[in-house]
Amino acid sequence: MLHRLTISGMSCAGCVSSVETALQNVAGVTEASVNFAEHTAQVTGDVDAQQLIDAVSQAGYSAAELTGEEDASDREAIEQAYYKALLKKTMIAAVVGVPLFIGGMTGWFPGLNEAYGQGVWLAASVATLLVLVFSGGHFFTGAWKSFQNHTANMDTLIALGTGTAWLFSTIITIAPSLVPESARHVYFEAAVIIIALINFGSAMEMRARGKTSEAIKRLIGLQPKTARVIRDGQELDIPISDVGLDETIRMRPGERVPVDGVIIDGHSNLDESMLTGEPVPVAKAVGDEVATGTINTTGTFLFQSKRIGKDTVLAQIIDMVRTAQSSKPAISRIVDKVSSVFVPVVMIIAVITFLLWYNFGPEPKVSFTLLTTMTVLIIACPCALGLATPISIMVGVGKAAEFGVLIRNGDALQQAGRLTTIVLDKTGTITQGKPAVTSIVPVNGISEKDLLLCAASLESSSEHPLATAIVQAAKDKGLQLLPVTEFESVTGHGVKGNINGKPILLGNAHMLTRERIAVGSLQEEASRLAAKAQTPMYIAIANEVQGIIAVADPIKEDSKPAIQRLHRLGLKVVMLTGDNIATANAVAQQVGVDEVMAEVLPQDKDEKVASLQLNNEIVAMVGDGINDAPALARADVGFAIGSGTDVAIESADVTLMHGSLHGVADAIAISRATVRNIKQNLFGAFIYNTLGIPVAAGVLYPFIGVLLNPMIAGAAMAMSSVTVVSNANRLRLFKSGRSS
Amino acid sequence: MIDILVNSLGVVLIVLIIYWFWIAKPRTQKTSSDVIDIIVDHGVYEPARIEVEAGKTLTLRFQRKDPSPCAEKVVFSDFDLSVDLAVNKPTDVKLTPDNVGEYPFTCQMQMYRGVLVVKQ
Repeated sequence: MLHRLTISGMSCAGCVSSVETALQNVAGVTEASVNFAEHTAQVTGDVDAQQLIDAVSQAGYSAAELTGEEDASDREAIEQAYYKALLKKTMIAAVVGVPLFIGGMTGWFPGLNEAYGQGVWLAASVATLLVLVFSGGHFFTGAWKSFQNHTANMDTLIALGTGTAWLFSTIITIAPSLVPESARHVYFEAAVIIIALINFGSAMEMRARGKTSEAIKRLIGLQPKTARVIRDGQELDIPISDVGLDETIRMRPGERVPVDGVIIDGHSNLDESMLTGEPVPVAKAVGDEVATGTINTTGTFLFQSKRIGKDTVLAQIIDMVRTAQSSKPAISRIVDKVSSVFVPVVMIIAVITFLLWYNFGPEPKVSFTLLTTMTVLIIACPCALGLATPISIMVGVGKAAEFGVLIRNGDALQQAGRLTTIVLDKTGTITQGKPAVTSIVPVNGISEKDLLLCAASLESSSEHPLATAIVQAAKDKGLQLLPVTEFESVTGHGVKGNINGKPILLGNAHMLTRERIAVGSLQEEASRLAAKAQTPMYIAIANEVQGIIAVADPIKEDSKPAIQRLHRLGLKVVMLTGDNIATANAVAQQVGVDEVMAEVLPQDKDEKVASLQLNNEIVAMVGDGINDAPALARADVGFAIGSGTDVAIESADVTLMHGSLHGVADAIAISRATVRNIKQNLFGAFIYNTLGIPVAAGVLYPFIGVLLNPMIAGAAMAMSSVTVVSNANRLRLFKSGRSS
Repeated sequence: MIDILVNSLGVVLIVLIIYWFWIAKPRTQKTSSDVIDIIVDHGVYEPARIEVEAGKTLTLRFQRKDPSPCAEKVVFSDFDLSVDLAVNKPTDVKLTPDNVGEYPFTCQMQMYRGVLVVKQ
């Protein structure tokens, strides 16, 4: 097992060897090395972290376990303990506050003017002080620490509000003659009930926030703890951290794949839904990749580990989701500016409120000034404002990940919500990207076999998907490919070369025009094939057309319904392809896109995206992420469409973990829902504060004689952040429209 | 007389709030060490203002003691970086600030606030 520790107290290289020796002397340690620059130690061995920390302490230094990934159970235990502590603080404050409140309302307690009244209220002062220390001490410590750091936060407002209430009440309890008789009213109950309410609100908020991070917890939970490794012919269950590269691992039915690798023996169906959102298990055999966290459904197989630790696809997904969840879209930058000055501004408003009531308020002035100032401090809620954006982003990005949609950051999410046009690459995006030869039309007496042989021999040097289809067709027929000399590829047009000394050419009509070769009577045949969504390619031998080979790429089953969903979302759908116009139109007709851009050379794809942007469209480009990289980069949002867990995660603003276009619709729908949610939260938080603070300051009093009770302000403040978090949690209920 | 005193005190208080929270800066901790310990507790990062050299790789070692969810993340928005902080366990954040300037780091809600002051 590997442990990483932080070491404090080291000042020289001598300390390094002392710490290393101390660690190496612990029973079970096989290796220990200390990094002086980083003040860390890395220790391997069958040993408990606490034993290592104790050994370092005994050597005169101090150590702690360095965490990269907090253990989920540790985290839950800490959160649970904190939640219970908050409830306990609430209870104790309520036990003191509620009787004081009821007593005050019903007149059970004597007034300060009565002889023994002062004694009773002095006892209440001591009791509330104890509550403020026990249940509200953290607010006062936080306020003081922040003050020392020249910052102010929610603690500052609560401490000032409740502290002022307690101090004023205690002063007039001790010396009631300082204020007029009508102003001899104490606010002990308000101070403690506010503390109770805010603690209770924090506990509720904590519960609600736990749910917001469910998506990332679920992803972390996909990582198994152990792997069954075969070493020296023996099968051993070892911790994941001990699995090395190129180790052989056995998988049994029902188990989760512990690290990424390649199957070397056996076959099975793997459930990849947790990573890709694709519900149907994927058949895997020798040579296929398996990804960490996916479930082996039926078979047994052996695989070799190829990516471990932070390099696995799962670790990269977790990393990306986590980063995206914490990123902020442009919408929140202004909010951050407001948040950063919010508390001092509220403090100034409280002072102004005090002065206004002091100078212009009715008698008893002291009571009115104190009540309104305290209420202003208590009602203001910087947390609701600060939480409004990040909490929605966290839930939205996490929800998207559940559908196999990885959104890079908040800006991508905000842009995805504003899109007006979707540009879809044809091959591999609308179609399966697995073209096959569908027609061979020879002329001038050449045989089908010879025509295919010439084409396949020429294409064997090309990496184009159509070339792969032709070569595969030749292999299927058992043809032996011929050597090619002077091979040349003309991007977007075709290929040429010499076979047995004869010049051979394979390409589209543009290629023939370029080489000044007449198409002749085959033009009609080519059009007929193209109208059936096949891509015809002419073959010319010795500058004379000898036939056509047509290749078709089957359309993905769900492309049409996914494009219909995009239409329902109000988006214009454009298909972009290098294919000829007739084939492109045939595909377009089958799936129902609005506009076709055909015969576009790969290098011109980004210009087409730019031309749409010039017409004030907000454009998304959906492609495979490799061939379409410039167009993906040019688009307002680039979607890289994957084909399972081997997708290049780093390549685009949004990565779709499986090949369905439904992922694009899901991403846009979730983005819109999230941005709407952020706006609701921000609107709520702004409205709450901009209405709440003036009402608390008493603007309604001159008109309808109403002042806000500080306890109601405390309840409203406590509930405002709970409301924001709960509203964000509604995003968890988002459902994909795939089935509709 | 009392009225003048109360009003004057109010105005002075407003001036003090403006000075203390917006004009005065917290004490800056200058460091030449590559590892900087930052305590996360009671609503503040300690130290909250850290002066470092440009181009040097730093390890900011966050020691989160506050279990409240407010403290659970530290966000360096200028570096597009956000890190979950474990409670009672140090969490390292590695950064190489190349350009001179002030780079804030905060919790998600902007209540915990710190600044990395990068100088030549």
